Formats: sequence, structure tokens, C-alpha cells
Amino acid sequence: MKPIYLDYSATTPVDPRVLSKMLPYFGELFGNAASKNHSFGWAAEQAVDEAREAVAALIGAQAKEIVFTSGATESDNLALLGVAEMYAEKGKHIITCVTEHKAILDPAHYLATKGFEVTFLPVDKTGSLDLQALEAAITPQTILISLMAANNEIGTIHPLKEIGAMAKKHDVLFHTDATQATGKIPLDVEAMGIDLMSLSAHKMYGPKGVGALYVRRRKPRVRLAPILHGGGHERGMRSGTLNVPGIVGFGEACRIAQLEMAEEAERLISLRDRLQKGLESQLDFVFLNGHPQNRLPGNLNLSFAYVEGESLMMGMENIAVSSGSACTSASLEPSYVLRALGVSEDLAHCSIRFSLGRFTTEEEIDLAIQKTVETVRRLREMSPLYDMAKEGIDISSIKWTSH
Amino acid sequence: MYSDKVIDHYNNPKNVGNLDKEDLSVGTGIVGAPECGDVMKLQLKVEGGKIVDAKFKTFGCGSAIASSSLATEWVKGKTLDEAMSITNADIAEELSLPPVKIHCSVLAEDAIKAAVADYKKRQQPN
Repeated sequence: MKPIYLDYSATTPVDPRVLSKMLPYFGELFGNAASKNHSFGWAAEQAVDEAREAVAALIGAQAKEIVFTSGATESDNLALLGVAEMYAEKGKHIITCVTEHKAILDPAHYLATKGFEVTFLPVDKTGSLDLQALEAAITPQTILISLMAANNEIGTIHPLKEIGAMAKKHDVLFHTDATQATGKIPLDVEAMGIDLMSLSAHKMYGPKGVGALYVRRRKPRVRLAPILHGGGHERGMRSGTLNVPGIVGFGEACRIAQLEMAEEAERLISLRDRLQKGLESQLDFVFLNGHPQNRLPGNLNLSFAYVEGESLMMGMENIAVSSGSACTSASLEPSYVLRALGVSEDLAHCSIRFSLGRFTTEEEIDLAIQKTVETVRRLREMSPLYDMAKEGIDISSIKWTSH
Repeated sequence: MYSDKVIDHYNNPKNVGNLDKEDLSVGTGIVGAPECGDVMKLQLKVEGGKIVDAKFKTFGCGSAIASSSLATEWVKGKTLDEAMSITNADIAEELSLPPVKIHCSVLAEDAIKAAVADYKKRQQPN
């Protein structure tokens, strides 16, 4: 059986159209975009300019507001650390959320060791924010709100427009990590009042190793202290020779996304619903993690109770998915995102994230349903907890020997 | 990531099932916790001082399933004392478990010991 890839939230294959656009920039068009005095440099610069336009157009920004980076982790770090350093005199308070990616949480914790106060907002059981709690957390010291557009594990989408309006009302900058949302759902920095936005190419059929940070230039003009110092590239915000082939690919990926996003989203929702219905109709004790409606088109995160996630993935050989089980992480802790939703630890261990994408077919979904159902049934036959559940024993009532 | 032996036990687990826990010749050990991601139930049937049958059910990763499957194979035909001498190191070595999975073999050793203890307890008149 040909392997089936249902892990598009981890990374996506490069779209062949993107690849063919990139290839010349590894070959005859190898110039450095910063070489201003010869045709090699001009060709590279022109390609970068076109890509910048395409990236900007996808999010309703101006080309000059796009700073190319090595990926979303760098963009997130630049946004948090860059704003913190530049605006420290105005205040030292930052607001973010417990379900953010580590590329936000870790710089936030780092800033907390450097004298900043960081508020980590909780979420409800669907992964959604309480906007009143957000507003209540804002103080005169608050300089930045950083909340992701859509969550990488559960796909829950935050109300960006409402958050943007609130940030504006209180004169606080609003950064959003849009790694998972870009090219999947419509984003508009003007309509949504976004001041900074992190983007990544490889989550949207572009290459790995390239991303961008949108930095607003007007109303307000956002200033950032760089974290990489050097040749003054990207208006001084991100020194380093531009990754021209990567940037060209990123631009092409954005251009395609803008053209095809609406149709693709519709197709993915239909495939995802087929997957969910197929699994839920054949298996008992299946629980959805995340928001039932307000989530990314390609995301389906389910807990199959009484079956441990890693062993489930082992049985679903040739189907590539992710799990929130501790056994899949180095830390031996189950997913902090699921824990933040109030998903009990035992169910967090049983979670599987299916993420569908551009090249997912109906046939693949049907095979995935079949293989998942088979494996869950086989492992439940082996599970002492499934026996207990069927006997009506409440597992949480048992005094277990933790280890 | 997994050794061939782990994969083989995972795909063809030995001795999955239940023994009658009311039977006085049966000892049952349940160890682990759902919130830690693994629970092992191991049962032994003892006749004439020897373990004549063993069954398991495990909620856990592939290594946990393999460790319990192997444990049931190893205890069969052994006396209780012999079974008690099986260590997690023996299991981890046989299955070539990586360091991060050693706790699975520890759990299997604990499950054997818990089942033997349960059997012994059940032999004492109330």
C-alpha cells in the first residue's frame, strides 16, 4: 500500500508549480538580491519583489510590510523579542495564550526572565478565548497581544477581527501567528486590525526554511529591534542574504493559495466531514478535540478512548498522522494544548490529529477510515480499559498506581 | 524506531485475553494508570506450584504491549519464585527497548509481581 499522508499541519509537499518556479533560482538566476550593480543581482531582486507582492496580496498588506525570515519560529521570535525591546519604555506587559505554539511560549517565558510580565490566557474546552478575559487582562503597561490565528493541533480559529479591534481600542500592538491559517482561511491585516503576522511557506505548499513577518508601516508604524544583526537587509529588521529560491517559492505558493483557497477549503471540509462521519459511525467512544465548527478546513483531532495514540499510529502503518500522546514526545507529557482544553490526560494520550490537504483524495480518506477502524478495534480487544468501560466501570473512580 | 521483536509482539501479541478472576487458582495484577498512558493487566493461572496459563490486556504504546506479551510467554511453565525473578532489564534487553521505553518493561515486571502477590493473597484463608 502506498503511504497516505494525513499530516499536512506538520508540513506540506511543495506544489509542483511552486517547485518549477523555484528551480531557475538555483541555477542560472543565482544572484544575490542585494547586489545592486549587475544583472545577476537585479534578476534576483526582481524575483524577490514579485514574491513580496504575492505574499502581501494574500493577507491584504503592502509589499514593503513583508520581512522575509527563515520561517515562522524566527518570525514569532522577532515579533515578541523585537517589540519587547523596542517598546520596553512604554510598558513591560505582554498577553498571549496557553495554547500558542512553543515558538511563542518559549520567547514569552524568556521575556518573563528579563523583567517582562506575561499573561497566559486560558481557553475553554473548544480551545476558544474569552474576549472579556482578554480585555480585562489589558493594563496601561501592555505593549503586545500575541494570539494565533488558528491552532496547530486542534485547528480552532481565534476571532482575529474582534481581537484586533480591542487591541486598537487600547492602543496595544496585535501580533498573530498565522502559520496554520495562511492560505487556508481568508486573512486581511487591514480588516482584522493586525499589526504583525507570522507566516510560513512550508505549511502552504512552499519550501521549508522560509517564512515572513508582516510588520505594519502605517497607523501605527510598528518598530522592531532586530534579533539578527549584519548587512541591514529587510530594512534593518532581518539581516542575512535573502533565500531567493525559497522566497520565490513562497511567493508562488501564496499566489496559488489566493486563487484556489475558497474552492480548496470547500473540498477539504467535505473530505474531513467524510472522515469524521466514517470513524464516528463505526466506532464508539470517539471524542472531537477542538471546536466543532470554528476550525481549519483540513483539521480533525479525535480521541479514541481506551487506545493509546502511539500504538494506534503504529497499527495505522502507512498512514501518516500525529498524536498528542506522551509517547510521541520526548518529554513523556501528553499534549499541553489538549490539557489546556481540559481534555483529561487519559484522553489526551488517545488523540490523533488527521490533517488533510491539497493532494488528499476521497480514496485515501476511505482507506484511512478502514485502517483506523480496524486498528482501534484490534487494540480495544487488547485494552483492559475498554473491558472496564463496557462493564460500566468508571475508570476515573479507580485508584491507579501512578508511575 | 522499534525493534523487530517489538513489532512482532505488537502485530501478533501472545496470550491476549482474560482468565476468570474469581477462580482461586488465578492471580490478577493491574498496574499503571490511564493518565500516564499505560495500564497493564496480567493474569496467571497456577496449578501444582507452576504457572500453567497467563493472559494479558494492555492499554499503552507498542513497547508496553510487547513487554506484556513477552512477560506472559516467559512466565508460563515457571514456578512463582522463578516468575518473580524476571526483571525489567531482562525484558528490555530481549526487546531491545530504547531508554525512553524502559518504563514499559518496568511496568511488565510490576505486573508479574502484582499478579503473583494477588495469587498468594487469595490462597490465604479469610
